[in-house]
Amino acid sequence: MNDMASTAAANTITANQLTIDQLACVRGERVLFKQLSFALKSQQLLYIQGQNGSGKTTLLRAIASLSSPAAGKISWNENDIKALAEDYHGQLLYIGHLPSIKDDLTTLENVQFNTALSGYAVSKAQAIAALEALGIKRCAHLPARVLSQGQKRRTALAQLWLRNTPDNTPLWILDEPFTALDSEMIATLTAHIQAYVQAGGMVLFTSHQTPDFDADLMQHLQLDAANG
Amino acid sequence: MDKISTFAVISHIFQREITLAWRRRADLLSVFFFFMIAASLFPLGLGSDPKLLHTIAPSVLWVCALLSCMLSLPRMFAADYADGTLEQLMLSNQPAVLIVFVKTVAHWVLSGLPLVLVAPVIGLQFSLEAASLKVMAISLLLGTPVLSLIGSIGGALTLGLRGGGVLIALLVLPLYIPVLVFGAGAVNAVSIGMSPNGGLSLLGAMLAIAMVFSPILTAYALKVSLE
Repeated sequence: MNDMASTAAANTITANQLTIDQLACVRGERVLFKQLSFALKSQQLLYIQGQNGSGKTTLLRAIASLSSPAAGKISWNENDIKALAEDYHGQLLYIGHLPSIKDDLTTLENVQFNTALSGYAVSKAQAIAALEALGIKRCAHLPARVLSQGQKRRTALAQLWLRNTPDNTPLWILDEPFTALDSEMIATLTAHIQAYVQAGGMVLFTSHQTPDFDADLMQHLQLDAANG
Repeated sequence: MDKISTFAVISHIFQREITLAWRRRADLLSVFFFFMIAASLFPLGLGSDPKLLHTIAPSVLWVCALLSCMLSLPRMFAADYADGTLEQLMLSNQPAVLIVFVKTVAHWVLSGLPLVLVAPVIGLQFSLEAASLKVMAISLLLGTPVLSLIGSIGGALTLGLRGGGVLIALLVLPLYIPVLVFGAGAVNAVSIGMSPNGGLSLLGAMLAIAMVFSPILTAYALKVSLE
């Protein structure tokens, strides 16, 4: 399952850097956080913590360039992400609350389309291998409308098994990746994310469960504290 | 994994639109039948005076085409917005403008093109002669893509709003007026023995302008809707 990740580790890792400078986000009238600054490098994992409504999703969406912050700058390798636009989009993988799954397409079609959108071809065999790693291989040819919530979630997460080479996709932005998963799957996913980070990837994620990552890989960001 | 070309990415998006529409044929057919039935009601209601039918035919067909295009607009981005596909589309490695353009083309192929093909048949009910039928089809061929292009702006602006459907009509219908005037005008011109070229050229010009500017505006509106 981690073949691709380990091959990438053997090659030289290209160091990328994500810099957040004096960021402020506003939701309606409320300032969620301001003067938030941090930097993240390849092989680092950032765990963003905070209560409901503390701005975790807003922060991730701003970093994924889906929304514009009220103030401050986000740069990828010293370039403003707004200016990089598609060049930046092609490098990141964002998995949010919405699964991006069409009920009328089969699980396999959904997975293949979502990968194609990021500019990579994925063969049927590769997509099925990813579904197998997630334990939903038998759902491959079923329309997504018959899947359970957890199975839909796994279908969305299949991208993590397909776009797991840090050379192509050096940044993962995961909003609550562990929701709706059983404990076995949580363990698999934790190991997979850790392997990707060790291979040279950079991950930002939020979670309400305390994830079981190596302490030396993981950085913490407490949003309530930043808010004051 | 291998990188694929821009063309391959957009053809994936196009194919997916067609596949999804095919698996939900009922939505597609309802728009098509709306056009057929609405346009067929006029000859039934107005009686069989060929002269009267002949006079009103261009405007009736054009108004029906406009309304049936309106019917399918709310669906253009709403489903993608609701299930998160729109976020992924905006995060694609291709420019948002290009993706929006492909989606608009798919919308036209699925909702505009069938009208172009069926309009001459409906025109027969209004006792239009061959020359008028031909111009009718050409004017719809040039005009319906403009309806999809302008409509995409309305669809993008009203995403996530309650009562978006009505709002789209209010936003988009005034912008459809020039298309209606010149489209129906070109067919009218033929029936009174004048050249339709003026109207058709203006429709072509509108199409060219809409093709350049509407994807830019739609992409911007989508980004705003996602914030």
